[in-house]
Amino acid sequence: MAYINGIGTISPQNTLLGHEFLEPAVEHTGDFLKAVEPVFKTYIDPIAARRMSRLIKMGISSAKICMQDAGISMPDAIITGTGLGSVEDTEKILAELTVDGKFLNPTPFIQSTYNTISSQIAIALKCHEYNSTYVHRCFSLESCLIDAILLIGEGSAMNVLAGGIDEMTMNHLTIIRRLGIWKREAIRNLDLWSSKIPGALAGEGSAYFIISGERNERTYARLEAAETIYKPGSVEETAASVTRFLNGNGLSHEDIDLVMMGNNGFEEHDSICEEVVSSALPASARVLYKHLCGEYHTGSGFALFVAAGILKKQHIPASLIVRPSPPKKLENILIHNHYRNTDHAFILVRR
Amino acid sequence: MINPIVITGYGIVSSIGMNAGEVLDSLISGHSGIGGITRFETIHKGKLPLAEVKLSNNELVDFCGLRSGGNYTRTTLLGIVAALQAADMAGVNSGQNLRTGLILATTVGGMDRSEDFYPLFLENPSKGRLRDVVNHDCGDSTEKIAEILGINDFMTTISTACSSSANSLMLGAELIRAGMLDRVIAGGTDAVTRFTLNGFNTLMILDKEGCRPFDENRAGLTIGEGAAFLVLESEANALKHGKTIYSILSGYGNANDAYHQTASSPEGTGATLAMKKALEMGDLLPESISYINVHGTGTQNNDLSEGIALEKIFGEKVPRFSSTKSFTGHTLGAAGAIEAVISLLSVQNNMVFPNLRWSTPMKELRIRPVTELKREAGVKHVLSNSFGFGGNNSSLVLSKYIS
Repeated sequence: MAYINGIGTISPQNTLLGHEFLEPAVEHTGDFLKAVEPVFKTYIDPIAARRMSRLIKMGISSAKICMQDAGISMPDAIITGTGLGSVEDTEKILAELTVDGKFLNPTPFIQSTYNTISSQIAIALKCHEYNSTYVHRCFSLESCLIDAILLIGEGSAMNVLAGGIDEMTMNHLTIIRRLGIWKREAIRNLDLWSSKIPGALAGEGSAYFIISGERNERTYARLEAAETIYKPGSVEETAASVTRFLNGNGLSHEDIDLVMMGNNGFEEHDSICEEVVSSALPASARVLYKHLCGEYHTGSGFALFVAAGILKKQHIPASLIVRPSPPKKLENILIHNHYRNTDHAFILVRR
Repeated sequence: MINPIVITGYGIVSSIGMNAGEVLDSLISGHSGIGGITRFETIHKGKLPLAEVKLSNNELVDFCGLRSGGNYTRTTLLGIVAALQAADMAGVNSGQNLRTGLILATTVGGMDRSEDFYPLFLENPSKGRLRDVVNHDCGDSTEKIAEILGINDFMTTISTACSSSANSLMLGAELIRAGMLDRVIAGGTDAVTRFTLNGFNTLMILDKEGCRPFDENRAGLTIGEGAAFLVLESEANALKHGKTIYSILSGYGNANDAYHQTASSPEGTGATLAMKKALEMGDLLPESISYINVHGTGTQNNDLSEGIALEKIFGEKVPRFSSTKSFTGHTLGAAGAIEAVISLLSVQNNMVFPNLRWSTPMKELRIRPVTELKREAGVKHVLSNSFGFGGNNSSLVLSKYIS
């Protein structure tokens, strides 16, 4: 059994420790939902922090917040999921490369390596244990969770620090906007579901979790399983995979009280998400959350933070949109995320 | 060991060969793949060596029998070559109803195309061909290769710098042990890019003469490119389906040096831990290791730190060891899997391969690498090290299969 015993989330919402659970919602009117940064020097030695890019600082800070929340000082494994790693550093090098093939500053090159976040956390904690990084679109965080569950299941770790992190930059946003499924102009995030401007709204964030083999007084929820499905042939096939996933974990669709929906504002894909849930989970209440965090590869980390909080507090924050109506009980939550309707990922959490 | 994980297929492409047979021939004849830069324009041409796969992207498309215009990055193309070989060898598509996964490791992903896109894009944000940048992320290679292999039960992508593909083999074994999959094609692929060449150059760790692992006068690594994949399954599954078993993955360990983002600790802490974990898992005493395929990049820092770790674990009796990066260059995210295949070739052919370009012992170490091919070498267990930036250190043990 795996449990979520601590969470550290840096997101476009006020999710740092000490804030009310997603209330009130933070409004964003910029091109994308930018993460609300903590005071980094609270978590990182200011001298070390000076050379670190923003993503690395977010990663270390949220990992430390997570450890603090779990009340542990050393994890038995560190695993990070990131779709793109440090985009800022990668772009710096690509920009310098264009100037006759040479660049002078090694720091962005070092930090552009995808495993920098996991390894900087290891260095900060002096943790010599298992350390890995998954870099597969919207399977990145789910792969971490699967790995964490394996490590706990075989008894080689008791507390795994696992998280998902991605950042957005203006250059990257410009590129993905040209791909056509993103909003071409800024809107107010809280208007995502009513906006007439088509497309998804980009976001970013970092969410780390202590996945533990033991339940304790800090436990948020039980992390039952995660599943990744590549390019299902149809809505029916995706729905069948969901049913198989639930059955494989001893549950039926009636047991799922709440589905955290993969909808992101791109209508063509949102309707597929709705159809999958209508088919596989007709009785479950649906929660829309991406108006709070935006769309990014590891956005399911924000969803897992939300789902774990709902199960612990037995309360759904008003900033989330629940349809058709809040469920009578809050025992089992299924999180759905997808990348352009080709990669579908699911996480099952229980009270 | 309960539920042994065995290898039933493997594929490899590198500067010393387009398949395992060619790679073995090069290892036997002492033919290194390190040479001049020929494939792309750079100010480093004629000054820095590389270990290139000589085929162009179009030639790789033909080599794999793919239709042209498939929008593959070089990283993906190299991966396709090796993954197809591995899958064919293990009969992955022979119709059994087995849950099969693909785990790919890479450090650059589609960077070879992003670096074509960016100059145009930075001049004018509406310029640059989108088809050059949609493959930028690492997951793209995995999905393209999975589609070619017809795998959709499970897939993921790992990036832990130069230990990446050792970790993909570890995860594959774990997924099989846990009963989540019956069979996994695991490995890694990386193409040489201007991004990596220039990046490593700013760190001043590229040897202008080609890498000289474990030599006193070593001056850095040589970047290489390539890919390798291995097909893993449980022994029970392999026997049930009448598969040929080429080797056992008898141990693996992953640890972190937690010392510095790019430098290895002077004590070789992470390296020692990774090797110890791998030996413990395989229930092996240090003296049972017949050969170590060391990480041996040829940098001052790695070879010293790794050497100290070897002396710490093996004491006076350090087994025969060599760095085959002196043949293949440092293939970064592919290195763990490429060297796992080379370790398997060592087990299968009962040979220890030489460490090229070595002449002077390191003054800090007692040990020195094997510099000539050893035949009939009594190879039973091979330890393969893959250590990366970020202190990501992993070790594998590949063993002779005795039914």
